[in-house]
Amino acid sequence: MTVQDASIIEVRGLAKRFGEVQAVAGIDFDVREGELFGFLGPNGAGKSTTINMLIGLARADAGTILIAGIDCSKNPKAAQHLMGVVPDESNLYPELTGFANLSFCGALYGMSKHDREPRAKDLLDRFGLTDAASRKFGGYSKGMKRKLTIAAGIIHAPPILFMDEPTTGIDVASARQIRQLIAELNAAGTTIFLTTHTIEEAQRLCGRIAFIVQGRIVRTDTVEELMRRTDGRHVVQFTVSNGAANLCDVIVGEWPNLNCHVVAEGQLRVESPEPVRVGPLVRLLEDRGAEVSEARKLRPSLEDVFVEITGIEAGAMKQEKEKSGKAGAR
Amino acid sequence: MKAWIAFWNILAKDFRAYYLKPPNISWGLIFPLAWTGMFFIRSGAGLDSIPTLLPGVIAVSVLFGTTSLLSVTVTFEKKGRSFERLLLAPIPLELLMAAKTGGAILFGIANAFVPILFAAFLMDLSAVNWLTLIPAIALIAISSTFLGLFIAVSVREVFEAQTFSNFFRFPMLFLCGLFFPIEQLPVWLRPLSYVLPLTYGADVLHGSIHRSPHLPLLLDFSLLLAFCAVLFALSLRNIRRKWIV
Repeated sequence: MTVQDASIIEVRGLAKRFGEVQAVAGIDFDVREGELFGFLGPNGAGKSTTINMLIGLARADAGTILIAGIDCSKNPKAAQHLMGVVPDESNLYPELTGFANLSFCGALYGMSKHDREPRAKDLLDRFGLTDAASRKFGGYSKGMKRKLTIAAGIIHAPPILFMDEPTTGIDVASARQIRQLIAELNAAGTTIFLTTHTIEEAQRLCGRIAFIVQGRIVRTDTVEELMRRTDGRHVVQFTVSNGAANLCDVIVGEWPNLNCHVVAEGQLRVESPEPVRVGPLVRLLEDRGAEVSEARKLRPSLEDVFVEITGIEAGAMKQEKEKSGKAGAR
Repeated sequence: MKAWIAFWNILAKDFRAYYLKPPNISWGLIFPLAWTGMFFIRSGAGLDSIPTLLPGVIAVSVLFGTTSLLSVTVTFEKKGRSFERLLLAPIPLELLMAAKTGGAILFGIANAFVPILFAAFLMDLSAVNWLTLIPAIALIAISSTFLGLFIAVSVREVFEAQTFSNFFRFPMLFLCGLFFPIEQLPVWLRPLSYVLPLTYGADVLHGSIHRSPHLPLLLDFSLLLAFCAVLFALSLRNIRRKWIV
């Protein structure tokens, strides 16, 4: 699918406050027709509040949202005709079968039985759920629930699809399948607005990404443009048995042109604009009593760009999200 | 036309998922039966007391059937977030909530006919004015359902819905003139009776079954309609205010 120049979603000065908390603080962005737009940020950054305002489940305190030229504050129902929504939780009806859930969701968008039933069968087949079509949704595994929730979001073939954390809390294989489905949907022409906390997912899927932190968009750009920041940067990560923090001082003391920081306990990352020679570094570390168990050259990733722009450690963001996901599941 | 496809499917889904479930059907039968038996035993007046008791049993069946199920199902769907799917559907909120409450209204009306069927075996119902009885049952079912909706929108948990429902239901039963004439209530309680929708429904039920109504029928029906409109409007306002934040 070619991305068009015309914007299908236009957001200007969007703001939302909950009591003392400014959840979204006057953000602006555009999503182009046919684009897969990523909205990336840590927990509490304002991602879900933004998506809720876009889909009509929350009212903005200020700002405008235009969906295909329709002003959502004036005519939210007209805009809802054009959108499909995949929420962060699989919220279909547990007492209905997979097929009945899809058929019901089609009916909510005014699809006749003649149109929605073949479409539901087709989607069940496409998402590998045909065998589970007559089973109740409540008995599905988490991965199957996610897939059916995505199918329900596109039953009426909307031109715009909003997906809130579509791969959170599911196993690796299902997440991989879902990423594949998202890519296929976008390739078939659906504009996708994807919120995620998984940087690798955003890097792999999205054409453009907006980083949102504390209700503000700190950067919006194409993945290529964001990655350009890492051009000519060389990174080596060392795994050592003890004293990583002090070792960084030792390295920088010896080679002042190197940049060193501790990324996790026993792991330090050395960065340089020049190729890093690993041998002398290992020898230096071992001379200082550290046992180096691994030295790995890393290709700079979007995660590095995210950390550099937002100052937030991506690993911590992921752990925090997973922790809150588990707490929610309990 | 497209909005009506959504309307019909919401209604049909609720029937399949909630109202036609065996526990709810049996509850709908057993509950009115239990009330009938209880009042018979309590009054000790034998079969002659049926016409006096029937309006009360009909009203209780409708009131409990509608408020219990609707307040619970809406709260349940809100908590499970499946209600969000309905709010995201491109149909007007008024039509959506009419579909959502339609099942409870029909369930309430069906409940009302359980004691009427029992009574048909025990007394002669030929003197009953069906032309006023049936609309009265429908309006009691609608106003009770909208009361259940108002309750559902005001609470977060399913158990809160049940507790909060009782806060309205029991005083209403004893103050609406079904079992004790309003004139026998203490003077300071009487004004309260006249702000309850069931008071006007009870008056039509009594009038249709065994005596003349105290108020003009047109006034009873108009006030019942007004209660329905106000409760529905208040519920919609609360949904817009609380659920689309």
